[in-house]
Amino acid sequence: MAEAQDSLWGLVEEFVSGQQDSKATEVAAGVKDGAFTVLQVVEALGSCLANPEPRTRGRGVQLLSQVLLQCYANLKEKEVEVLVVFYENRLKDHHVITPHVLQGLKALSMSVVFPPGLAVSVLKSIFQEVHVQSLMQLDRHTVYMIITNFMNNREQELKSLGADFTFGFIQVMDGEKDPRNLLVAFQIVQNIITKNYSLGPFVEELFEVTSCYFPIDFNPPPNDPHGITREDLILGLRAVLASTPRFAEFLLPLLIEKMDSDIQSAKVDALQTLTAACAVYEQKELKEFLSGLWSSIRREVFQTASDKVEAEGLAALHALSAGLSRSVLSPDSEDLLNTFLSSILQDCRHHLCEPDMKLVWPSAKLLQAAAGASSRACLKVTANVLPLLLEQYNQHVQSSHRRTILEMTLGFLKLQSKWLQEEDGNGLANFKDPLCSMVFSAVTDPSTPLQQVAVKALTVLGTQQGFLSSGDIDLIVDHLTRLILEETDSQSCQAVIDSSGSLARVHPAVFISRMVPQLCSRLQTVPMEGTDDRGSAIPQRTVWQRCLEALAAISTHHSIVQETVPILLDHVRQAQKGDTIAEDVVAVCKSLHQVAVLCQENAESLCYYHQKVVPCLLSITVLAAMQDRGNAADLHVLLNDNVLTAMASLIISSTTHLSPDLLSSSVSQIVNLFLDGDVSILKENSFPSKFLPFQIDGPAAPQSRLVALFMAFVCSLPRNVEIPHLSRLLQDLLSLSLAGCCAFAFTSAAKCFAGLINKCPAGEQLDNSLQSASHKIESGLEDESRRTQAVTLLTWVTKALILRYHPMDGHLTNKMIGLLSDRDLGPLAADMFCLLVSDSPDILNKACHADIRIMFRQRFFTENVPKLVQGFNAANEDNKPNYLKALSHVLNCLPKQVLVTELPSLISLLLEALSCPDEVVQLSTLTCLEPLLLDAAAILSVHIDTLISKLLCLTSSPSMAVRITALKCMLALTKLPLPMLLPYKQQVIRALAKPLDDKKRLVRKEAVEARCQWFLIGSPGS
Amino acid sequence: MVGSSQLENANPLIYQRSGERQVTAQDEDEQLHDRIDDREIFDLIRSINDPEHPLSLEELNVVEEIRVKVEDKESTVSVEFTPTIPHCSMATLIGLSIKVKLLRSLPERFKVDVHITPGTHASEHAVNKQLADKERVAAALENSHLLEVVNQCLSARS
Repeated sequence: MAEAQDSLWGLVEEFVSGQQDSKATEVAAGVKDGAFTVLQVVEALGSCLANPEPRTRGRGVQLLSQVLLQCYANLKEKEVEVLVVFYENRLKDHHVITPHVLQGLKALSMSVVFPPGLAVSVLKSIFQEVHVQSLMQLDRHTVYMIITNFMNNREQELKSLGADFTFGFIQVMDGEKDPRNLLVAFQIVQNIITKNYSLGPFVEELFEVTSCYFPIDFNPPPNDPHGITREDLILGLRAVLASTPRFAEFLLPLLIEKMDSDIQSAKVDALQTLTAACAVYEQKELKEFLSGLWSSIRREVFQTASDKVEAEGLAALHALSAGLSRSVLSPDSEDLLNTFLSSILQDCRHHLCEPDMKLVWPSAKLLQAAAGASSRACLKVTANVLPLLLEQYNQHVQSSHRRTILEMTLGFLKLQSKWLQEEDGNGLANFKDPLCSMVFSAVTDPSTPLQQVAVKALTVLGTQQGFLSSGDIDLIVDHLTRLILEETDSQSCQAVIDSSGSLARVHPAVFISRMVPQLCSRLQTVPMEGTDDRGSAIPQRTVWQRCLEALAAISTHHSIVQETVPILLDHVRQAQKGDTIAEDVVAVCKSLHQVAVLCQENAESLCYYHQKVVPCLLSITVLAAMQDRGNAADLHVLLNDNVLTAMASLIISSTTHLSPDLLSSSVSQIVNLFLDGDVSILKENSFPSKFLPFQIDGPAAPQSRLVALFMAFVCSLPRNVEIPHLSRLLQDLLSLSLAGCCAFAFTSAAKCFAGLINKCPAGEQLDNSLQSASHKIESGLEDESRRTQAVTLLTWVTKALILRYHPMDGHLTNKMIGLLSDRDLGPLAADMFCLLVSDSPDILNKACHADIRIMFRQRFFTENVPKLVQGFNAANEDNKPNYLKALSHVLNCLPKQVLVTELPSLISLLLEALSCPDEVVQLSTLTCLEPLLLDAAAILSVHIDTLISKLLCLTSSPSMAVRITALKCMLALTKLPLPMLLPYKQQVIRALAKPLDDKKRLVRKEAVEARCQWFLIGSPGS
Repeated sequence: MVGSSQLENANPLIYQRSGERQVTAQDEDEQLHDRIDDREIFDLIRSINDPEHPLSLEELNVVEEIRVKVEDKESTVSVEFTPTIPHCSMATLIGLSIKVKLLRSLPERFKVDVHITPGTHASEHAVNKQLADKERVAAALENSHLLEVVNQCLSARS
């Protein structure tokens, strides 16, 4: 014990007289270990605390405070009490000591055993003895922290101080300038207000001491280590200003004044603060200032040049209107909402009558913002505006005017349906007839833009349950059908199809009886090239395709799905005869795919779809494969690559969302079909021969193409659905993937193998399959005739393993990197890197329930990019492009944030890739660079000279895509810091004159943008 | 710029904007040579901002596609523009912006002629003369205040 005492005295001595700061930590450690107590530390300090020299006293207090900061949690209540009294007394001491005293008090304020009643006395002493604003930033921060700690732990005690606490704090923060401290101070004020501390007579003072910072004008210095942004301060201050209605009388005039400011950021801040404040204000606070606020908002929306200010102005008006709507009225008080809306209507109404003047849209937007706030506001505004718009529609005959009017009406109708849906007298009922006649007249107008708006309006009206009579709905559906079949403009036809989709959800029966039969009969006329009769404006083929799209789009209700699916399947079945072209079958399959996607929302429809569609497609394709004679020249249309791919994707969409119980029965049936030729799942049962898709050669070769459909099904199953005979399956797939059949079949088999491997649980089965795959790949790579197959399989298996972080993925990736220096396979392997890292559209993605770990790309990147770079450096000239291509594929798939951090090590390689003669490498490097240019100013500054000259050089590349992307990069460069660019301005402007005369228009367009932007840099007014 | 002071014409007529030019298969074909046509020139100038309003020259109908003539082979461009009101004090500035935009965006071989649509402005002749005079255009761009306003008209809208 005595030894400990001695060492403590030694440490204290070295700290105080020896000025060794590190000793404080040692003392603190001693206290924590229990080697000595706080009391002993105080005793040891005894003499220097009483020393006549203030600096020595300060040093002593500093040591104690630092010890306390580390050990405050171990203090007992009695100790805290004694220490607090000691520190409070020290506040009266010399000013040199004050910072250390505050540190000590901060430590004590964090103690959980802080004795009751002392917080008040500490704060009183601070308020009385310390002139906070003459302290250093850090010490002021300490004071704020002490107050914050007490507010968190001793709320009740502080409240007993009443308004004195608020007043004390006002004095503490008055004049604060440091942004770090302001953030804390704003938080304290916000707590004072929201936690109901007494403000007493100091409301205005509290407002003044905070509002003097409004609007925040702070730009963090470059490389600011504290990371405080202007936005942080703005939000902190806004939370204070908008926290209480008691500030209203001071805040609102201030906001009106700031909205008049010439600085745009001040306007935006004022409007946003108003929006925030309106959340707590009611009529009584707003009353006096309404007309001033309205005229400022109106001016901003009418005259502004900025979309941002306009949007904020509208948001503020919306909030004002909402605030007024919230108040409960006493019987004799005036309804301010009513008067406010009246003044808005008065100022905006007449502009609505001039549909070709500038102010028509701002007026409509203002009215809609006000109306959107509450049902009462909506009722009042629409009751006033709708009759006016209806009348205006009839007065103006020009279709562009009518369109503007109808579009405004549409805006009000949307608000109406949002607010007044559930109410009976929704105000629209009175206008039903004129509205209908307006919309129906517009929908038959020859002007396409007017028609488009009319369709939107029809949709809004039609989706309001019970508003239109059944006769009107019939009429709407007839109009939609007519437009689908006759509209010449493809964009507006698309809009009509979309609208049909949303209306069909509400009125399925009408669509089944009126639209489906018409579309169906038009589908019967099989399109033939060149058979268009001269009379019709649109080619038959387009109409035929539209019918397919429309049938798919309206399948939004179970009863409609039951109608459309059989129709579409019939059309696929017609291809059995073999006289249909592949493109048409693909179109029907796409339509079926669309139906599958729509069915995903509804379990019942999806189940129906799955049971109907999958067996049917399998039957007809199996039959086609058996009839096929295996002659590549006249392959059956149903076995065409594109047709099978389209079928595969619709099978995927119908499988991924189905419930596992339903799937498990179809899994065994489908696996039996493919493994053993068991045709029990198929609709027909008279097959000419046996179905043996995995038989590698012989008459069944065309059958192996159907593995694509098998892949679609088994690879999109949820992971908890068990697949029977998995190991036999994997073996069969493996042999097929390396067989000498057509590329479509072996690629499908490789993908299917990979898809199953990805989901296969770790264990012996997986290891065995991977073992044998690895062997087969090795031997395949040796065999001249099977090398392409082997590379394809290798790529897909590698991908499957990379996704799930399997330990073998590194080995396989190395093999792929090794192949890059192979004379024959190098280019193919380089292209395959794209497959490895990009998202796969069909299987092995999230939707197919694949096992995908987060950040697998980043992991792949960090593990393999160094190897690629190394390989590049070691490779001979012929193979270098392969490495660059592989590298740029990998880089292109990475998120930007990752790339920016890696850029320093890669930039020289990327610049080298720009000089690589291979256009694919050039293009993918440019696409990779373009988004990075903004975030990498510092790294690029060293290379800017090379970069600019290489980019300029590529602007005359023979490939149009390269020229365009190079020019896009030149445009992106203009966002870099000015000093980096100015030395090159004249050179670039001269060089960019050349692509202005490029023979391709798309290149000239980019050249113009880049060149004009380079003219603007460093020039006044930009 | 004008800020909150009164505008000369606060509530002008607004015309519809034409959409982006559709990219055709011919545009995508590497081999074909696309000639510079009227629409391409119009696309260069239609998005120029009006000095007073947050609107483009196209929306104010100051420039129209039919008033743009280009002969790619002869390397000549002629653009007529129509001020919104006959006494518009901004006419010279608008003309200057159009001229500068075309000088920056067209190959050097082109001769650029910008003038007011006949009969639509009080001092049409004087403005046309100023715009046609190379030296006066060059001198105007030396004036940093004028250059600032022109650049604002040519900057992309925020």
